[in-house]
Amino acid sequence: MNRAIVIFLGAFAALTLSWAGLLLGSVRSYGALGAYFDDTESKAYPAQAPGLATRGAQVYADLGCAYCHTQQVRGGEPSADLARKWGGRESYARDYIREERVLLGSVRVGPDLRNFGSRAPAAAELYLHLYSPAAVVPGSTMPAHRFLFETRQITGQPSPLALDRVKVAAPAGSEVVPTSRGEALVGYLLSLRDGYNYPEEEGKNMPPPAPKMEGEKKAETPKTEAPKK
Amino acid sequence: GPADAAVRWPVLFLLAGSILWLLAGSVLAVIAAIKLHTPGFLADCEFLTFGRVYPAALNAFVYGWGVNAGLAVALWLMARLARATLPGGGLLIVAGAFWNLGVKLGVLGILAGWSTSVPWLEMPHQIVPLLLVAYALAAAWVVGALRHGSSPRLYASQWWLLVALFSLPWLWATAEAMLFFGPVRGTVQVLVGAWFVHGFLLLWFVPLALAVIYYLLPKLLGRPIRAYHLTPFGFWAYVVCAGWAGAARLTGAPVPAWTQAVGTVASLLLLVPLGVIAVNVFGTLLDGGLAVLARSNALRFVGLAALFLVLALLRFAGMLVLRDGAELSWFATASDYAVLYGGFSFAVFGAAYYLLPRLVRRAWPFASLIHMHFLCSVLGFVIGVVALSLGGLRQAADLGGGVKFDEVTAHLLPYLQLATVGGILLLVGHLAFAFHFVKLVFCPCVRARAAAAPVPAELLRTAPDLEAAS
Repeated sequence: MNRAIVIFLGAFAALTLSWAGLLLGSVRSYGALGAYFDDTESKAYPAQAPGLATRGAQVYADLGCAYCHTQQVRGGEPSADLARKWGGRESYARDYIREERVLLGSVRVGPDLRNFGSRAPAAAELYLHLYSPAAVVPGSTMPAHRFLFETRQITGQPSPLALDRVKVAAPAGSEVVPTSRGEALVGYLLSLRDGYNYPEEEGKNMPPPAPKMEGEKKAETPKTEAPKK
Repeated sequence: GPADAAVRWPVLFLLAGSILWLLAGSVLAVIAAIKLHTPGFLADCEFLTFGRVYPAALNAFVYGWGVNAGLAVALWLMARLARATLPGGGLLIVAGAFWNLGVKLGVLGILAGWSTSVPWLEMPHQIVPLLLVAYALAAAWVVGALRHGSSPRLYASQWWLLVALFSLPWLWATAEAMLFFGPVRGTVQVLVGAWFVHGFLLLWFVPLALAVIYYLLPKLLGRPIRAYHLTPFGFWAYVVCAGWAGAARLTGAPVPAWTQAVGTVASLLLLVPLGVIAVNVFGTLLDGGLAVLARSNALRFVGLAALFLVLALLRFAGMLVLRDGAELSWFATASDYAVLYGGFSFAVFGAAYYLLPRLVRRAWPFASLIHMHFLCSVLGFVIGVVALSLGGLRQAADLGGGVKFDEVTAHLLPYLQLATVGGILLLVGHLAFAFHFVKLVFCPCVRARAAAAPVPAELLRTAPDLEAAS
């Protein structure tokens, strides 16, 4: 029994050390990383996402989009993310500080979505893509998300959000429109863009095959704004 | 023995629950696997969309099968090794019932749209306190068995059991607290997730598999563990390094470089205890003569569990050394499956084939079903993991080489179809196992047969001293 206590305490100490070292260490080193306030633009980056996008992020989570789509652009070898135009630069830790739940994703079944908003097609095409992916991208293995749409009778004017009636073969007199969840998801997807170049991170990542040093230093300049949470 | 009798009903209850979850998990997994290459399959049900079925399958497998079966095996091993006859098994059944209720709510919650999408922590976090309390009741009983046992010795199997039983609630409660109840900011969340998932794999699934292997190998082979004097060193080196290795899952992700470096170093250091484990396990197997594998069903499963476990753990280190961009491909996911299935599940199957006849005091009725289960499991596992690994390497090479994305998808399809074949084989094997379990435990018609073919006497030896006899 005494040996059992030794094993118990040993396992406790080992696990606690890893927790303190890895997780508390990370919280300490960059857990309070702040937004960057750009004097010229009079704006803080990363920008706060609009309310629709915040609701859409919940739809993104409950539908499990992150099992097929990553949200992390990688630079350097052996990644071709920048050549694929998945982003103008690699992702930094600072890009994620305003997100309630960070879903980086782990398998790239589909393209990375971190900067989807900056390369997205018109909303009409995006809705059609969600409704019937293979109709927009032949050979796509993305599941159709018809449950984010409803078919309803046209009363008065057709909805401006209605899908192309020919493409979705809507019955006569009815239209296919996104539900509020569908609208929120599209709002979220269109909000995804990390275009801003933070001076601190930018300096660390030049020239191209530089080591990765994503914002581990605590931002300490007076330009840093306290996190709003 | 009396220790077996004391834990008979709780172990049977937990195993029955785990087998039901194994079936549910494999059905969900096959649905998810089919959807990956045939997206039209069951496409219009929101609750069966890939992003829900996949985490539901994973959670059914990890929490339903993994934790139930792990607790059952831990309970049986601990009672046996400590020679405990602790009363209060009814409490364990209550704990098990609450555990299964919680997992059921969690998996249904994922399907219904309350998934958090955080890998391995998808179950709605409101359910987790219930699960933790149920787990604590069961685990406390297992530790209590150790305290009240009459055996003065503490065997290697028990060290591993203690580590597993203690680590899971620690990891889980901490991760829940840091992710949902008082969330940390930004990508620190991702580090918490990686620490949890890797810890779950390395400090719950691997130790339980090792506990079974270190008990059953010497027991079935009738000879001690080879180089047993190295075992404490291997054990402590493993426990010290395992917690840090999780950060290696985030190689290249937007987390600080020092965390990735720490994870890589820890993962490579783990090769040292892995070497000790390999010497212990393979040394014992080779000493015992591989011919015995043909005689014992349990031994075949446990021997393969040892082989698959070591290979699976080597993959983690191999991926870091190669640095081929496979982190975001199916290759990385297949490494997790290799530990979950090849290591843990094979060990539990071996333990089940050994312990169930002793618990119910009759022999397995159909040898053919055991062979079928074995064959399906081995083929299904090897096909599935090899397909996902090769497909993952192809995917990584394509993604890194700038191949157009629709071609990346097209290149991956045959591998994913092959993985589905593997998944279906596993499901068939699980059905055989489940049917056989029901026949053994519940079917009265088997009793007459069992009287004719009693359990061989040499397999009923009670003393576990063989493990430590060197």
